[in-house]
Amino acid sequence: MVLNKNKKKMAQTVLHQAATRDKSDHGWLKSFHTFSFGMHYNPERINFGALRVLNDDWVSGGKGFGEHPHDNMEIISIPLEGALQHEDSMENVAVIEAGEIQVMSAGTGIYHKEFNKDKDQPVQFLQIWLFPNQRNVTPRYQQLRYDNLMKANQFTQILSPNKDDDGVWIYQDAWFNLGKFDKATKVDYQFKNKANGLYVFVLKGDAKVEGQDLTERDGFGIWDTESVTIEAALDSQVLLMEVPMNF
Amino acid sequence: MKQTEILVICTQQEILNTIVRLINANETMNGTGANTLEQAITVFKSASFDMVLMGAGLTSEEETEFENIVARSRSKIPVVHHYGGGSGLLFAEIYECLGRK
Repeated sequence: MVLNKNKKKMAQTVLHQAATRDKSDHGWLKSFHTFSFGMHYNPERINFGALRVLNDDWVSGGKGFGEHPHDNMEIISIPLEGALQHEDSMENVAVIEAGEIQVMSAGTGIYHKEFNKDKDQPVQFLQIWLFPNQRNVTPRYQQLRYDNLMKANQFTQILSPNKDDDGVWIYQDAWFNLGKFDKATKVDYQFKNKANGLYVFVLKGDAKVEGQDLTERDGFGIWDTESVTIEAALDSQVLLMEVPMNF
Repeated sequence: MKQTEILVICTQQEILNTIVRLINANETMNGTGANTLEQAITVFKSASFDMVLMGAGLTSEEETEFENIVARSRSKIPVVHHYGGGSGLLFAEIYECLGRK
């Protein structure tokens, strides 16, 4: 068989519709897991490249996670509504609220606790874990406000692997972008690294990505391509996570 | 019913205790902890395990040394890197490993 050298490689995709996510309901905590987490195990839903956890969490007023350990994981929290009170074994005491992003590189090990700062209103946040590109690093913490940098109908970089780049940084060759778009806006995303994949998570509204219709909280992974077109079918908010597929 | 025997290695004692406690809360599994390379080698040679979870804290040279000891042993059990330090990924790591055996 003779292959056409000029023929573009077909992009590969995976769709994770919101309704297909596993759910944990502990009363005070409701969590939707895009990938296997806790006692939920689905061999078809382990990871998307270095992206291992995408939890969509709701915590009741005044409730939260008591002190617990982490190691060897890049842990990113993005509050969507409300605020979290954070304390850790590196003596960080902080409040992280909607419009901010927090990262913990757990490395050799940290302990932390996090609670809903509001006694009455629920806090809603994304908890995202990426495999690190180095094991056993010295633990670190970073928090950054990004909402004052956002421009309408554009993506804003909120995470990268580089200390001097926009957003927080992590021990992985990953880039996160967040954007709010008016209906019918169309934007292109160029991969930073052609070997990476892009995981699109629709926070609000409806969007079309490379011909795939997505609605709120749907996830869509795409790789073996260099750029992706995202079109807002409604006023929408979209999180893009570019991650290594081989790491 | 035979329990799945799991050796957990982690130099942070509190994290080690947490992982072993989580494993032992499952009646089909039994976890044994080691917090140094020397202890891990001793425990590994003294009992029979189905898998090893390599947690945080050993140097990469120590991890390689332990993996070589396992590879040279008759059991040749899988050594899996553990990530996360708690319940989040633990059971998926175990089920993935046992499913591959």
